[in-house]
Amino acid sequence: MAEAQLKDDQAPRKLAYVNAITEGIAEAMREESQAFLAGEDVAGAGSVFGYTGGLLEEFGADRVIDTPISEKGIMGLGVGAAATGCRPIIDLMFMDFLGECMDEVANQMAKMRYMFGGHARLPVTVLTMSGAGMSLAAQHSQSLEVWLTHLPGLKVVAPATPYDAKGLIISACRDDNPVFVLLNKLSLALQGEVPEGAYEVPIGKANVMREGKNLTLIAYSRMVHEAMQAADQLKEFGIDAEVIDLRSLSPLDTDTIIESVKKTHRAVIVHEAVRFSGFGGELAAQIQELAFDYLDAPVGRVGAPFSPVPYSPSLEQSYMPNAKRIVAETRRLLGV
Amino acid sequence: MAAPAIGSMTFRYAFRGSFTDTHDCFGYARHPVRPDHPKSPEIGGDKPVTIQATDAVLLDIHERMVRIRIFEEEAGKLMENGKVPGALHLYVGQEAVAAGVMAHLEDSDHITSTHRGHGHVVAKGGQFNEMYAELYGKAAGYCKGRGGSMHICNMEIGMLGANGIVGGGIPIAMGAAFSKKFRKTKEVAASFFGDGASNEGSFHEAANMAALYKLPLILVCENNGFGEYTRQDNHQAIVDVADRAAGYGMPGVVVDGMDAIAVYEAAGEAVARARNGEGPTLLECKTYRFYDHVGVRGMGLSYRTDEEVDAWKQRDPIKLIEEKLIEQGIITKRKISAIHKRIREEAMAAIKFAEDSPLPDPDGLLEDVYYVQA
Ligand SMILES: Cc1ncc(C[n+]2csc(CCOP(=O)(O)OP(=O)(O)O)c2C)c(N)n1
Ligand SMILES: [Mg+2]
Repeated sequence: MAEAQLKDDQAPRKLAYVNAITEGIAEAMREESQAFLAGEDVAGAGSVFGYTGGLLEEFGADRVIDTPISEKGIMGLGVGAAATGCRPIIDLMFMDFLGECMDEVANQMAKMRYMFGGHARLPVTVLTMSGAGMSLAAQHSQSLEVWLTHLPGLKVVAPATPYDAKGLIISACRDDNPVFVLLNKLSLALQGEVPEGAYEVPIGKANVMREGKNLTLIAYSRMVHEAMQAADQLKEFGIDAEVIDLRSLSPLDTDTIIESVKKTHRAVIVHEAVRFSGFGGELAAQIQELAFDYLDAPVGRVGAPFSPVPYSPSLEQSYMPNAKRIVAETRRLLGV
Repeated sequence: MAAPAIGSMTFRYAFRGSFTDTHDCFGYARHPVRPDHPKSPEIGGDKPVTIQATDAVLLDIHERMVRIRIFEEEAGKLMENGKVPGALHLYVGQEAVAAGVMAHLEDSDHITSTHRGHGHVVAKGGQFNEMYAELYGKAAGYCKGRGGSMHICNMEIGMLGANGIVGGGIPIAMGAAFSKKFRKTKEVAASFFGDGASNEGSFHEAANMAALYKLPLILVCENNGFGEYTRQDNHQAIVDVADRAAGYGMPGVVVDGMDAIAVYEAAGEAVARARNGEGPTLLECKTYRFYDHVGVRGMGLSYRTDEEVDAWKQRDPIKLIEEKLIEQGIITKRKISAIHKRIREEAMAAIKFAEDSPLPDPDGLLEDVYYVQA
């Protein structure tokens, strides 16, 4: 927790992604008495991922609530409470469990405000964990962001760094509309600079992680780090890649993407989700619609193959996109 | 949920005359019928089915239990030593449930299981070689290394898979039971699930449909007192999950899940009902997991005390059945040791087989997705 961290004025404070999540939730709950956190094993156990540790002690059992294993109920709790004056923070543990509560998400949460002629306000934040890489197999490793981004009425953010994790959670909790914060399990131990206190990372604003001249790598969540590595390796082939971390998938910062592509004339999109019907398809379409005349090559897409996530490490390793695959796809596209 | 509480537990049977009054359960009096059971349908009319385990059946149940225990002990070591990837949810402590139910089932009967599924595979007749190979993620595994612990299956022996989704197996078992009725077979389906899973919509919808269509389904709730790290009294406002049966119009039975013989008898009633076309039963087995939610020591959270675990270990289901077998002169202590030794050796050989066998070829990654989509 924040209090336990050293307060060194000089060196910027480093924090793991997992602790940045905790701080984000804690700050949001400190500033808003109507905020509560509910989910499976978030109170006593501090969540199976460890990111709600200490919150029960600080906020008490009235505001940090262990729920039964009833995802439809939990999501409904969030919708109903948000519509009637609370600011719920709902923890869905694994994103794969969306299947259990998709009606609450898609037909209720996402549509209520619109259907009710704007008369409902739904300040609900949902935290959930995506991504493969831990041999947790087909039902605990998925990246299902397009299930959510296809729904008007939801905001969807996917932080890649500890800084963004904390800031986006705070922004999500301050937002008067439903926001999904997609976390990444392989990133939990990732260290990064995280300021103390509350700060926002704006929802709908991409981050240019690295500037470059002749290629734009567009990524989000953990794939941002793979894209950064790929950018390093691509120098060897005379490619100076710009890397954009989308941070927010919906709303999407098309301005930043298009501005970059107009400069570099080439784009490769990277996500961990299955490539087919993935979010990269939307990005590629936006780019060709808005920057067709600037493109010197087809827009590339790197994603997982069209298969469920396998268990065996040998299969999972070849399943997951990585820097090597980004480099290979880029070289293929650009013929270098 | 202190272990001794099970002693004061009222054993309730919705069946009329199903169980012998004299059946000893560690000195606790049984209540063969609980007449005030809310809206329990009268089952079996005036011809109660009495299930009694023969010596051969008792030995068979014991063998299944020891196989599970040893498989899981060794699997736990493999996980703790980092030999196998992923997360293993181990079944140690709950063996009486899988063994007692499975002793009634044929290969043609189907089961669905949970994230804590190894015990169900072993009890249904799964082989150690293919099971350990799957945990290792090897090509020789039951799922060719694609599924791992949480999806381990064997269709040939009617095992429709462990399941990574809590409650995920229950509607599937209901569908399998529908198929059995539709195809006019005498087969049954059984679904194993936890106390935590009984809070999922999937349980409630499947239970209602099974009762409505009078499906040959046995809903086996393994109430081990926790869903992950949350105690039962913190996740549902009832003590007996079996109470939920009344709401769907099927009998609900509570049984001591540490007593394999009691489980066998109660499951026998339920299976007989199912085979006779009389519909589903909710069978709740009160049990306990000796290991942590995941792995052996798990995350080291203090959600239960060592004293509580030790108290339950006093009623270790394997110890209980072995005491009974010896006491009744069915087997000697020496022969029991020989069984343990034989199974341990089989497990060690299977682990060696798994370790030595090749990983799946990544080129096969896209097989079984119906078609290759670029
Ligand atoms: C739909 C869904 N929600 C949550 C989880 C995470 N989870 C895995 S096991 C478990 C506890 C299950 O408890 P119970 O049904 O009692 O089975 P037990 O682990 O005690 O055998 C939970 C919450 C999951 N796998 N699937
Ligand atoms: Mg349980």
